[in-house]
Amino acid sequence: MSASKGLPVAAARGAEQVAGHSWAPLVILVLLLLALAPAFLVEGYRLFQLTLAVIYALAILGLNIVTGYNGQISLGHGAFYAVGAYTAAILMAHFEVPYWATLPVAALVCAALGYGIGFPALRLGSLYLALTTFSLAVAVPQILKYKAFEDWTGGVQGLFIFKPDPPFGLPLSNDQWMYIFTVLVAATLFILSWNLLRSRIGRALLAIRDQPVAAEAMGMNLAQLKTRTFAVSAMITGIAGALSAIAVEFVSPDSFSVILSITLFVGMVVGGVASILGTVFGGLFVVFVPNLAEDISKAAPGVIYGIILIAFLFLLPTGFAGFLRRLVVPLLRRRRSAQAMSSNGR
Amino acid sequence: MLNRRSFLAASAATLAAPRILHAADTPGVTATEIKIGNIMPYSGPASAYGAIGKLQQVFFRVVNEQGGIAGRKINYITYDDGYSPPKTVEQARRLIEQDRVAYLFNTLGTPTNSAILRYVNQRKVPHVFLATGADKWGDYKEHPWTIGWQPSYRTEAQIYTKYMLEQKPDAKLALLYQNDDFGKDYVLGVRDILGDRFDQMVKTASYEVTDATIDSQVVSLQTTGADVLLVGATPKFAAQTIRKVYDIGWRPMFFMTNVSISVGAVMQPAGPEKGVGVITSAYQKDATDPTWKDDPGMTEWRNFMNKHMPDADQTVGEYVYGYGVSKTLMQVLRQCGNDFSRENFMKQVTNLRNVEIPTLLPGIRVNTSPTNYHPIRQMQLQRWTGSTWERFGNVIEGAQI
Repeated sequence: MSASKGLPVAAARGAEQVAGHSWAPLVILVLLLLALAPAFLVEGYRLFQLTLAVIYALAILGLNIVTGYNGQISLGHGAFYAVGAYTAAILMAHFEVPYWATLPVAALVCAALGYGIGFPALRLGSLYLALTTFSLAVAVPQILKYKAFEDWTGGVQGLFIFKPDPPFGLPLSNDQWMYIFTVLVAATLFILSWNLLRSRIGRALLAIRDQPVAAEAMGMNLAQLKTRTFAVSAMITGIAGALSAIAVEFVSPDSFSVILSITLFVGMVVGGVASILGTVFGGLFVVFVPNLAEDISKAAPGVIYGIILIAFLFLLPTGFAGFLRRLVVPLLRRRRSAQAMSSNGR
Repeated sequence: MLNRRSFLAASAATLAAPRILHAADTPGVTATEIKIGNIMPYSGPASAYGAIGKLQQVFFRVVNEQGGIAGRKINYITYDDGYSPPKTVEQARRLIEQDRVAYLFNTLGTPTNSAILRYVNQRKVPHVFLATGADKWGDYKEHPWTIGWQPSYRTEAQIYTKYMLEQKPDAKLALLYQNDDFGKDYVLGVRDILGDRFDQMVKTASYEVTDATIDSQVVSLQTTGADVLLVGATPKFAAQTIRKVYDIGWRPMFFMTNVSISVGAVMQPAGPEKGVGVITSAYQKDATDPTWKDDPGMTEWRNFMNKHMPDADQTVGEYVYGYGVSKTLMQVLRQCGNDFSRENFMKQVTNLRNVEIPTLLPGIRVNTSPTNYHPIRQMQLQRWTGSTWERFGNVIEGAQI
């Protein structure tokens, strides 16, 4: 009885999955085109802001993988962002490496650093880990000023680099090309992350976050997964940092203060913890809301920002992604049950 | 197809339109208005400086109420960057590309202005009277569209060295500096004056901001037998130095950077009696100094504050600073006549001759030229008496380099 009832449903699910699969590339393509459209619709300053928003979204994605999906709280991702930015800037300013070639190097450096940080993280519980990573965020700006590295980092003066020209003589402005380049890099990393987090490994990360004991009992290698997650997370945030250096054309220790790490954390929570789509919203939030706050009051922009933030968390306690889920999931469920009914009736 | 074509046409129009409209005249200048942009840290770690921007908003409002300049109102647009360089870039682009301001004025901070230095010079947007004491804004060859206002740390060091040579031609100078932009400007300033004699007359020691104390540097400088000490240090280290120098019984002629002369943050922690005789410099009138009770310049400032900002705390030095620098801008705008193009504005910025500003010390005047991008290069020395700073001697001018 139950078997005969279950079969059609399973078949329907299978059909839907196949359908979903064939639709996926098209959906991605449409989303990508939508994301690229602003390059031709808005000018200079707005495009620069959007570029920054995409970069922040990518940095927040990195943070979300380790904190949102894996439950390891990091308040120090600004440090990886800074290291990525400086890697790109040093390579471009001192070694004249082309901008695109700095990204893989920044990725490797930050992944290695993240892996190294991941080890002590194994021994530290959530709050202690938060403090450890926080101390990293505090230390990095001072290390960047340190005398021994000054020939490389430019000390407090920072380093200047040039925004790249569009390749192949494309008729685009530097701002347009920078935006397109950023979106393409970000889209690639978003798709890769999406695949990773929907896979066996993604489920393992969630299992470790929610039930570490059970996860270990099921044979998962906690130490390995946690350190590697930290490495991947640091890598993605580091790439975002490298992109930011190229977009802003300048790095200095003051660009990467403790506030940056907090900003990324705020973006993650506002966008939605453990959500990939939410990070995009988080990126838009951290770029545009401070300006909004400032327009309302110059006397105390921080207070207004705080009020907006609290109001936001009050209205959307699960972040923007949670809000979307609440809207969309019932619709999907209704569709699914309708499909199931129709296939049952067949 | 229609969609695509109209879309292309629309985007082409948006790209072309601004250029056609603004081809002839300066962005931000119309027959009735001059737009001036500013960036300040209204939030974040340096938000105390935001007082400068608050004063300027009121200042230009009052100018407009009194009729503006050459029949135009000043539209002063100021944004917050939280003292974060990437945000400064964003706000500078917003001011220049979106608001289309004519000039940037008194943007605050050394790292923040560094971040936009190349951008504004590429675009040839005047970037004038920056609120920072770094010396590099005086480099008229590298970035002709950028100019500072207050005396730079380098000028300050030149002034101390000049006074030292006048008092003790055979001095042995110990130079203690913070190992960064700020501290190194003092080394440059001393070198400007001493030239070839630097190596034989000067012993240097540096410290990192991250160091816990500078006791060992002070002791090693004393053992060189120096009889003059010049310190380019931030307040915490300045207090440590004053105390240590006194405690080891060293009594040199002692110059202290005017960054670190706050009574509350330096002299009290060091011990007011230990700092007696320490020399520093000033270029502005101090609002708390009773000497200026009946001074016309400070009376003008106090009247402005009482009338237009009655709730503001008049002991805050930023209000005096903001007033003085705004007065300088007004002089430039007056000199512009009816031509507010960026070229003419910059020409007038670098054509200030002995301009007197009510909040500057008597005898100190603003001077610029196409080869002098240091508007204020004079200061007066002052000495710590154990309870207050007492000015002495004449106004001294830095070197022409």
